[in-house]
Amino acid sequence: MRPFAYERVPDPAAAQRAVPVGSSSAAAPVPTMVLAGGTTLLDLMKLDVLRPERLLDIRPLESRLGAIRLDGQGLRLGALARMAQVADDVEVRREFPVLAESLALAASAQLRNMATLGGNVLQRTRCSYYRDVSYAACNKRNPGSGCAALDGYNRLHAVLGTSEHCIASYPGDFAQALMALDAVVEIEGPQGGRSMPFAELHRAPGDRPDIETTLRPGELITAFQVPAGPWAKRSRYVKVRDRQSYAFAAASAAVALDLDGDRVRGVRIALGGVATRPWRATDAEAALAGQRLDEASAMRAAEVAFRDARTHGENDDKPELGRRTLVRALLEAQRMEIA
Amino acid sequence: MPEGMIGQGIGASPVRVDGRAKVTGAAHYASDMAVPNPAWAFLVTSAIARGRVTAIDETEARRVPGVLDILHHGNMRGEVQEAGFFAGGGYAGSSLRPLEDDRVHHDGEIVAVVLAESYETAREAAYRLQVRYAEEQPSAGFDTEGAEARDAKDAVQGHEDAEVGDADAAFAAAPVKIEAAYETPTQHHNPIELFTTTASWENGRLTILEGSQYVHGLRNGVAKQLGLDPSLVRVESPFIGGAFGSRGSLTQRTALIAVAARRLNRPVKLVATRDQGFTIATYRAETRQRVKLAANPDGTLVAFVHEGTEVSSRPDPYKVAGTQTTARMYACPNIRTKVTILHADRNTPGFMRSPPEVPYMFGLESAMDELAHALGMDPIELRRVNDSTHESVKGLPWTSRGLMRCFDAGAEAFGWKDRTPQPRSMRDGDWLVGYGCASTIYPTHLGAATARVTLTPDGRARVQTAAHEIGTGTYTVVAQAAAEGLGLPLEKVLVEMGSSELPPSPVSGGSNVTASVCAVVMKACEEIRARIAAAAGQGPLQGRDPATLRLAEGSLRAPDGAAEPLTEAMARASNGAIEVYAENIPHGLPEGALKSLYQGKPALGAGLEGKDRVMAAFGAEFVEVRVHSRTAETRVARILGAFAAGRIVNPRTARSQLMGGLIWGIGSALHEATEMDRKRARYVNDNIAEYLIPVNADVPKLDVLVLEEEDKATPLGIKGLGELGNVGTNAAIANAVFHATGKRIRTLPIRIESLL
Repeated sequence: MRPFAYERVPDPAAAQRAVPVGSSSAAAPVPTMVLAGGTTLLDLMKLDVLRPERLLDIRPLESRLGAIRLDGQGLRLGALARMAQVADDVEVRREFPVLAESLALAASAQLRNMATLGGNVLQRTRCSYYRDVSYAACNKRNPGSGCAALDGYNRLHAVLGTSEHCIASYPGDFAQALMALDAVVEIEGPQGGRSMPFAELHRAPGDRPDIETTLRPGELITAFQVPAGPWAKRSRYVKVRDRQSYAFAAASAAVALDLDGDRVRGVRIALGGVATRPWRATDAEAALAGQRLDEASAMRAAEVAFRDARTHGENDDKPELGRRTLVRALLEAQRMEIA
Repeated sequence: MPEGMIGQGIGASPVRVDGRAKVTGAAHYASDMAVPNPAWAFLVTSAIARGRVTAIDETEARRVPGVLDILHHGNMRGEVQEAGFFAGGGYAGSSLRPLEDDRVHHDGEIVAVVLAESYETAREAAYRLQVRYAEEQPSAGFDTEGAEARDAKDAVQGHEDAEVGDADAAFAAAPVKIEAAYETPTQHHNPIELFTTTASWENGRLTILEGSQYVHGLRNGVAKQLGLDPSLVRVESPFIGGAFGSRGSLTQRTALIAVAARRLNRPVKLVATRDQGFTIATYRAETRQRVKLAANPDGTLVAFVHEGTEVSSRPDPYKVAGTQTTARMYACPNIRTKVTILHADRNTPGFMRSPPEVPYMFGLESAMDELAHALGMDPIELRRVNDSTHESVKGLPWTSRGLMRCFDAGAEAFGWKDRTPQPRSMRDGDWLVGYGCASTIYPTHLGAATARVTLTPDGRARVQTAAHEIGTGTYTVVAQAAAEGLGLPLEKVLVEMGSSELPPSPVSGGSNVTASVCAVVMKACEEIRARIAAAAGQGPLQGRDPATLRLAEGSLRAPDGAAEPLTEAMARASNGAIEVYAENIPHGLPEGALKSLYQGKPALGAGLEGKDRVMAAFGAEFVEVRVHSRTAETRVARILGAFAAGRIVNPRTARSQLMGGLIWGIGSALHEATEMDRKRARYVNDNIAEYLIPVNADVPKLDVLVLEEEDKATPLGIKGLGELGNVGTNAAIANAVFHATGKRIRTLPIRIESLL
């Protein structure tokens, strides 16, 4: 870890003055970064991957940005709400089970107590080549240096949304749940507030893997809006992993189903552990729309979802696992008893 | 009365004498011990596995305020001599000399040591140190170019492959047979206590504070490296936060930190990082094995061939060679084994909990299950028909062998009869259910040991022996032995261990310590008893034969019930304390065992190496797994181990050891693997977020049965059991997975993609 200045920020306006926040800005070393729960940032600073010269601790804003609010329109989650707080919220669990499940199945109890929602959706990849600075080649960490994972150890790497520059997988869980519920992300920045579909927050690596989101310099996520809808209650997060707890997804699927008997009125699908960013499987949704939901139709949709998968050797089995995970999530959501 | 106070000698279950100190933080581990004004070291390790360091630019690092010095090959002055590879009669886990020259021999080799006023400063400067390399294409071992295979019988001193009858001909002619290949991965110990070293000098004397499984080995090894008389080196290791073999041999860091402290003329403290721990110490070697097993239709074995190839470093032929155990496991007239060492650009592997048995018993016990399936026979019955009172290579008798008693007791307790033999025949909703079992074995190694026992006039005893508390409860069991031998309550016994200033004890490896150390402590106590008994003539025990007098319940007692309080009886024998220094060479060890011990060389024997008999602890392990029918995650639902390990000194700590072994076995079968980038021969998951071990949610209902067993051949009837629990688990789980799914997984760990 290198020396850095630490400040606690009293209000969002001050955070904006402190631009560039730069979690997605290209230039390294990033001069200033926002500290919330710190569960990713401090790790990566100790590993010398991130080298901010200044940290702005936004936890003083928790009273304003940490609330959970549910009304007829839907759910509003403050960006500084803790993962554990939302995972344990009775109303969230009842009305938006996929959200609570995705949080409860993530990380460990200690991390969930510290980590915030805003930080969670921005967590960095677990690609070993990104997290270990002794590897010279990592386009995400060091633009233009190459990608060691392409011909290296890539069992856990992405098969969807990859490019020849990066195959690092997005590691989170909660983002898939937000995406499957058509959430909107609220942002404050130097030019004022704005909002956009959560699905537009992350970007695929393309030729700039170092730019992970569409946030502009100085912008801060302040909240997530999750609209109410008939699909929200019949929503499920299935996470398949190498051990029972405290492991990243080998594959995961967030699904939200609106059923008319056996028939699919509407379905939303987001996939995790398999893609470079939170991945909405819109073609698979279209393949299921209006169909009777059963093993066969679920498998057809899963085929569609992974139609464009590209593997790199040690992750050759990932598309098959991803398909099975999606089928399992769809059929388990179908079996849910909804009050 | 608290449970822990009931009975305190051998066979009782007192709570750990150091338990309170450990849970309250009062127990000081080596890196907790304060030294005045230490400088801090941070290691810089190589970013390549093979090649040369072409330049080290210190400019930016030196600019960090508080940096004191930077050691690297360019400024070492030959201060560190070779300590020798332990298997070749030396002390070290690797024959490489630290910072010897610009060559890089493996991933994560130490290339520089940054010294600074604080840990944080040292780390920052280490990040700013620019090391440039000329990289050469490395070989990771299997599946890569450039590795060099050598027969173990040529490469390793003293290694013998087994050849009994004509295994290949018998296999060819046999009516029922299986042939299969098995693979076990690189694994790392990852003790929670990181690898730390503190060194300080005073008047030419060196003190090393370092968690060690062998303080006398460390002392003598460092002395040799630094050209010192061993008496000038003191090693302190009072408590160890997990070792599992990783702290058994000398590593490169110790001498470097000692050199740094001498150069700075102040104490230097190193706490290596978790990822550095993957490359600066040892690990479990990767193996690939081929097993041929053939039987008559009644299940009696007719041929067994076990060949294994093991990855090691370029310079050192570390051998795993579990064939010496598998060849002796069952009755079989035709046996052939062969071990090959594959030298690659890796650091030298080493001992890791049950070193030979864990990989090789996975091969044999999986193959036994495959053979049972081919025979249409219950796997327990296959073991029964091949059970034997003698091992099969030299025909030597087992001193005792509780294998089938363990299977019978375990099967009963587990409910093995509920298993429907057909694979894929048991199910619970979306989950496929499977039962599996396997044998477990661990040789009863013994070592020469010494101890000093002092009985003071107030009726208290002090036991001094350089054994080690690696988490197993050694302070407690040694205290129990003295309490038994001197007839004292446990609280009157003080045990001092973990220091090279104490009488030497063997390496805390090979599960030998309880038997070896308790034996020498009991020997010392017996001499004290004899002296007191010999002087009993004038007191209330007048006229009794001294040989019949015992120390018990704080007094000297005759068979007729007459007794004299200990303090009074001992006053007849001595005006002050009675102190006895005892040495013990267990049966079956060479004459030179004591000499080796004093030289700090590892010198265990007995076990399977006896000339006239072989001894081992046995067990049977049973597992129920659940495999998801769609997404193929394997979870252990139940695990049960039944064990026969001679006389149990402390059932409480024994159970803890066996339970820990079973949990370790779950990790080994399903989670643990150090992943390689094979192109670059580098580790990639070198942290405990991605090097998976079982978390609480992975540890199911777990039962440990310890059977009574009397073995008159081992000292005090004790057989070591620290490494018994995790030997059979790999195969028991793989066999259960086969039963659940119909798929035979021969590569560990068993992962989701193995079963898709």
